[in-house]
Amino acid sequence: MVWSFISRTRGRGRFDVTDWLTWGYLILGIVLMFGPVLWVAMSSFKTDAALSEYPPSFLPFAPKTVMVEGYDDPLPLYEITAGEHRGEVLAQIRRIGLNAQMVDPQNPAEKINVKIGDRAPAREFAMAFENYSKLFERFNFMRYFWNSVFITVVATIITVIFNSMAAFALAKYRFRGRTTVFLLIIATLMIPPTINLVPIYLVVNELGLVNTPWGVIWPAVATPTGVFLLRQYMLTIPDDLLDAARMDHASEWRVYWRIVLPLAAPAIAVLIIFSVMWRWNEFLWPLIVLTRSEEFTLQLALNAFQGDLQTSWSGLLAMTVLTLLPITIVFALLQKNITAGIAQSGVK
Amino acid sequence: MAVVELQKLVKDYAGFRAIHGVDLRIDDGEFCVFVGPSGCGKSTLLRMIAGLEEISDGELRIDGRRVNEERAAERGLAMVFQSYALYPHMTVRENLAFGLENIKTPKDEIRRRVDEAARMLQIGDYMERRPKQLSGGQRQRVAIGRAVVREPKVFLFDEPLSNLDAELRVVMRGEISQLHRRLGNTMIYVTHDQVEAMTMADKIVVLKLGTIQQVGSPLDLYNRPANQFVAGFIGSPRMNFFEATVAEQARGGIVATDEGGRRVEAAVSPERVEPGAPVTLGVRPEHLEIGSERGHPVTVETIEQLGGESYLYCRDSNGRPITVHKSGQTRIRAGEEAKVFLPAEAIHVFREDGSALERLRIGEEA
Repeated sequence: MVWSFISRTRGRGRFDVTDWLTWGYLILGIVLMFGPVLWVAMSSFKTDAALSEYPPSFLPFAPKTVMVEGYDDPLPLYEITAGEHRGEVLAQIRRIGLNAQMVDPQNPAEKINVKIGDRAPAREFAMAFENYSKLFERFNFMRYFWNSVFITVVATIITVIFNSMAAFALAKYRFRGRTTVFLLIIATLMIPPTINLVPIYLVVNELGLVNTPWGVIWPAVATPTGVFLLRQYMLTIPDDLLDAARMDHASEWRVYWRIVLPLAAPAIAVLIIFSVMWRWNEFLWPLIVLTRSEEFTLQLALNAFQGDLQTSWSGLLAMTVLTLLPITIVFALLQKNITAGIAQSGVK
Repeated sequence: MAVVELQKLVKDYAGFRAIHGVDLRIDDGEFCVFVGPSGCGKSTLLRMIAGLEEISDGELRIDGRRVNEERAAERGLAMVFQSYALYPHMTVRENLAFGLENIKTPKDEIRRRVDEAARMLQIGDYMERRPKQLSGGQRQRVAIGRAVVREPKVFLFDEPLSNLDAELRVVMRGEISQLHRRLGNTMIYVTHDQVEAMTMADKIVVLKLGTIQQVGSPLDLYNRPANQFVAGFIGSPRMNFFEATVAEQARGGIVATDEGGRRVEAAVSPERVEPGAPVTLGVRPEHLEIGSERGHPVTVETIEQLGGESYLYCRDSNGRPITVHKSGQTRIRAGEEAKVFLPAEAIHVFREDGSALERLRIGEEA
């Protein structure tokens, strides 16, 4: 079933030009969009040494090592590609100039000299999980993760409640100035966020919210996009339903909570995913408000990996992957609602 | 159990008046039907009674108590909507229970009432389904059930059957009437279908452009329409109208001359007309006698033979359509010339302003 769907062709039974073009275009799209992500994911399992290797390899490889009798540390293994010992696998004890002093692991007593050009490192597929464990051990990853989660979740909940209440009023109540209010809300979309940075910072600072998660949460909860999206969707909920609920002794709050909110679920799912993405990926505003490293979000912590003098690429990559994961999961879980919601609310 | 009184009820929308001072009293246990063409304000009036539409002026009393300012739910009414307005995200059971939960009814009481309503309306088999999974008739029952569980003083129905197919409509019509007999509540029912009004109502209120045209029992309205509008609206097929002039006032009625100069006797009170006044004569299709030697010459255009009854669609010399209803079958064929006779006791006479003259002898009651 699935296969016959996927392998459908425009030409009957065989590929015609359209099929080639379609497949080519789609595959190109996949490579363009997922290539970098996949590369980051693979690289996050590479050791620092493997990361700096040239030419880079796609899969994480690490040099093979072996314990040889009489040596305290594990020795790296090399394949000999030329010369007397060609084809053998030897362990390197040390490098001396253009020669390497090597040893056969089966015969540790005899030392062998090999030109460095005649050997190639024996590598094996190895995942450097320590990139990740390091994050938890040496780096306060959980702290930043928690900060990010807290800000994202709380801001999203407040966003959904505030925006849906505003949308409910704008969609279902008749009052003087309704259109004006709605237009004003929409008009704020025209103001670039950077223009607001300074005034909002002044307000946040006045309120003593600098260096608290609330300083990141509050300024962002009222989103015109969210109000617009929910209002348009709520317009499609029949008034009869609200009237029926009112006849059923429901207070206005209950009408909102028990009828309008559940029925607006597809649009709310869209808003949730948007809000989660916005808040999770937000960088500029937290960078301004949060200066103490205990309050950092993941995005700020990622930034902190990049030092003035050196960058810990392995840690940075591992953390990037961890940062991507939650949002990917949220999207995967909600994507059905999102596509449906976007289609139904007529907002793209 | 409740008496609903409307006193000079007015509804103003920005710029126009939808309801022009309606006075009406609906007695306890009465089945009252608001009927009228679309845009006549019948739904608005119902929504004003329900409390979903603000009352601009006048007074609404339920059991003698003024309720203008009370919220919809506090008035003790329940409403069945045209669109059913079932909560799509709740199961049938939750739909029925929602109103009771809102007033914090104890759980076992809710359960008892919901189960009872479910049994009464035969919806017990799909209590756990959602409205989407129900057919039109089942949704209609659930919508009625949601009103029943509330045990309201007054039931309000806003064109509840208009979304059903013809057959189901007849069934549900019967069920609503039965419900009314069983519960004995006051019910107010809005429809644009005069057949529904005739078959279900104790009292019919005919509305046009926000004013009451006539209030009465179905047969009252049928036999003694107060004006030409009501006469035309009640009864199916429509009443036939003929232009005429009053010739003389006679004993037991008037004599009028129609457009062809023929004399037509009508058994109506001669008091409110003078000879020479233009009037409209109205005769219901079932009262016209076709095939006799006297009367209006017409051409039969179409015939519908239903076996038990026949409808003949004719046109007179002026091109005016005339419908004749004949019980049983007819030998007349389409295209034939025939004469239709207007029996004196079946004629309604309307003055120029549309108001009816009182009929003196009414065939049905004789």
